[in-house]
Amino acid sequence: MKMIKKVWVYILLAALIIAALLSPFASSLPDGLERVSQKLNIEEKADQGIISSPFSDYRISFIQNDYFSTAFAGILGTLAVFAFSYGIGRMIIQVKK
Amino acid sequence: MHIPDGFLDPKTLIVTAAASAYALKKDADSAKKIMEEKDIPFLGVLSAFVFAAQMVNFPVMAGTSGHFLGAAMLTYAVGPQLAGLAMASVLILQCLLFQDGGLLALGANIFNMAVVAPVTAFFMLKFSKKWFSGKNFAGIFLAGWASVVAASIFCSGELFLSGLAGLKEVMIPMVVIHSLIGIGEGLITVAVCSFVDRVRNIKADGIDNSEKGMTA
Repeated sequence: MKMIKKVWVYILLAALIIAALLSPFASSLPDGLERVSQKLNIEEKADQGIISSPFSDYRISFIQNDYFSTAFAGILGTLAVFAFSYGIGRMIIQVKK
Repeated sequence: MHIPDGFLDPKTLIVTAAASAYALKKDADSAKKIMEEKDIPFLGVLSAFVFAAQMVNFPVMAGTSGHFLGAAMLTYAVGPQLAGLAMASVLILQCLLFQDGGLLALGANIFNMAVVAPVTAFFMLKFSKKWFSGKNFAGIFLAGWASVVAASIFCSGELFLSGLAGLKEVMIPMVVIHSLIGIGEGLITVAVCSFVDRVRNIKADGIDNSEKGMTA
């Protein structure tokens, strides 16, 4: 049982390390869809949507430093996804009972 | 390939949202059967891992980048249904917290990346077992590659249906670019799946999909 716990903790740590240390060095070039929409001249059709988040574009709006802004957004997102997915799992198991 | 708001027309938004809702309902129904208490944290950390890995864009060719998708890796690790739920949870938070992908387009994005991609990976993994023997690295690579390309084909189809461009005009560049991104996806998928295998081999209990969870 101890081993089981360790394994998922390691995967979570790996995710946090990727989010904190690698994501600030990610390429900022447009991705495949962005690139194609630029070529098709439909890029400007994209709107900001009907919600506004302080973490838009994987940055924390009140942290000016690029590196830390992205790193903290990454850590926040990783933990949030873990909690959300864990919650969905809990819900499913609960319905099962 | 997160579609922003403003691209898709209402009919495409509604159809893809309905298809996604139906698929996620099916995924949740299967999850009720195959998931056990001990699988919950495992699914959570795999989702978190996919989110983190998706942040790391790598350059692919002249002025374009791509990033890991993770649908094939999840399908290999936990089967297509739980992979669908995990991918959907990543996409929902990317949309709500980070505004990556539009809120109205969430249904379309879930359809491409949490339904089409895992299902493609599932069939690729299944059929490739007959083509390659042994550890099936080639099949895992192909599953990763095909999942990204298939998602890009559906994404192009949605842009076409919304009247943004001719079918060929959008499909060809999308598929070309994502065939290249898919190579990165394939390589990362092989690497992560080897790790997942090693984790299984030390009898750490993940979700065993050898018997269950593999019926779509």
